[in-house]
Amino acid sequence: MLIPCPYCGVRSHEEFTTLGEAGRVRPSGDDLQVFADYVYLRNNVAGRHRELWFHAAGCHAWLTVERDTLTHLIHGAWPVNETPTSEAHTGDEPANEAPAP
Amino acid sequence: MQPNVAPPSAPASPEQQAMSRRYSVLSLLAGAIRGRSYWQPAWRDAEPKAGYDLVIVGGGGHGLATAYYLARVHGMRNIAVVEKGWIGGGNVGRNTTIVRSNYLLPGNAPFYEHSMQLWETLEQELNYNAMVSQRGVLNLFHSDAQRDAAVRRGNAMRLHGIDAELLDTRDVRRLYPTFDFDNARFPIKGGLLQPRGGTVRHDAVAWGYARAASALGVDIIQNCEVTGIRHNDAGVQGLETNRGFIATQRVGLACAGNTSRVAALAGLRLPLESHVLQAFVSEALKPLIPGVVTFGAGHFYLSQSDKGGLVFGGDIDGYNSYAQRGNLPTLEDVCEGGMALLPSLGRVRLLRSWGGVMDMSMDGSPIIDSTPIDGLYLNAGWCYGGFKATPASGWCFAHLLATSQSHANAAAYRLDRFRAGRMVDEKGQGPFPNRH
Repeated sequence: MLIPCPYCGVRSHEEFTTLGEAGRVRPSGDDLQVFADYVYLRNNVAGRHRELWFHAAGCHAWLTVERDTLTHLIHGAWPVNETPTSEAHTGDEPANEAPAP
Repeated sequence: MQPNVAPPSAPASPEQQAMSRRYSVLSLLAGAIRGRSYWQPAWRDAEPKAGYDLVIVGGGGHGLATAYYLARVHGMRNIAVVEKGWIGGGNVGRNTTIVRSNYLLPGNAPFYEHSMQLWETLEQELNYNAMVSQRGVLNLFHSDAQRDAAVRRGNAMRLHGIDAELLDTRDVRRLYPTFDFDNARFPIKGGLLQPRGGTVRHDAVAWGYARAASALGVDIIQNCEVTGIRHNDAGVQGLETNRGFIATQRVGLACAGNTSRVAALAGLRLPLESHVLQAFVSEALKPLIPGVVTFGAGHFYLSQSDKGGLVFGGDIDGYNSYAQRGNLPTLEDVCEGGMALLPSLGRVRLLRSWGGVMDMSMDGSPIIDSTPIDGLYLNAGWCYGGFKATPASGWCFAHLLATSQSHANAAAYRLDRFRAGRMVDEKGQGPFPNRH
């Protein structure tokens, strides 16, 4: 897989480590059930999946990568704090799409 | 729930009689003389009925074993296994055939030893040649600290009645003279051997369980994908499939890497991530590797098939995937581990590689439990260790499905253990599925 890092260009995924599903927000309350769900449960999407990748052997940026878990096709990569909402990209192929190996 | 012990309603056809035939030396000799006409389909490719007492979703090793033990141990015959692809096409045909019970934790050891004992009698039980080969599983160590950990694990195994032997460098050298014992980073200082571990022909496990379950009246329905789980406040009502609605009030999910997708049909979110694990086979060689060897420090393991190919693998790729194929950096990483252990591997040509989708759980251990939906039961989270567990998984899941009670050997594999803080984390990695 080639990840289009917004800072370094298209790089092999072996330069990165992944933290899995993006968009999980640590709950603020003290409800243990809610917190356990946050820590342990996943959507585990089959298809387009927003996930967090860290460019460990590059710019050390945390990125949001949208990748299809069925085909490994990467639809885009953004700095986490500049990630567009997923609705903005529905049915719209990003320009920096990289082919899956 | 009263088990339904009525035999299948239709009279046995000649094909069915052929399927229920017992294999023996004499029958195989007679079959050889009669040529190919002896070899008939070993199980019925059933059409779905309108309803069943129980339906298992997933016709892999675990689903088929569950169906067999439900029929044989619990007398439930009006049951079906639905499989979206074909029998043996998923992880039961994609693993590296290793069986072992060298586990440390009290929640794991009795379960995997139960599985080991079922492997030892599997062929007699099923009347099917599964090529069970107890050639020994050896975990190498490279330092005093790793040796201490191996001693601790071996002692824990022995306290659970599991065989374990500590080997020194000389013992390992006698078994595997071609290893690089004086590697500068990872010199081989010995290993922990489980002599009863080994390999089993994985496809034959699927075929053997399918044949035996089918002979007891279980319907095995291939090319039948579940598209919906109909349920209400009273529990499960049936399954929507691409071959029509199947009414049932009891459903067991044994869907491995696709568990999250099927559970989502009933609105469940699970503590699972799906990851791809690759495996590799070399060209056939003369006998070189007599047993199974794991080189944990290099994230590499190796055995040699009866056809002569070196069968090896390493870590999962590490990112969420349902693709059943991986990427080249993992191949490179695995081969680097192989070269560190067995330098002559560099002269060997790689024949095939493939991937399977692993249902990685949050603590590296499986789940065999009921769910918040009445009548819906879960068998999942096998990570990349599901094959060895096949018989005990089937046994314990059948027990749960038939009695609604967890089997004693699977008592730790509860769905609520994550919330309750009772993890079974054999590797001590925490809730990071791609590190287990």
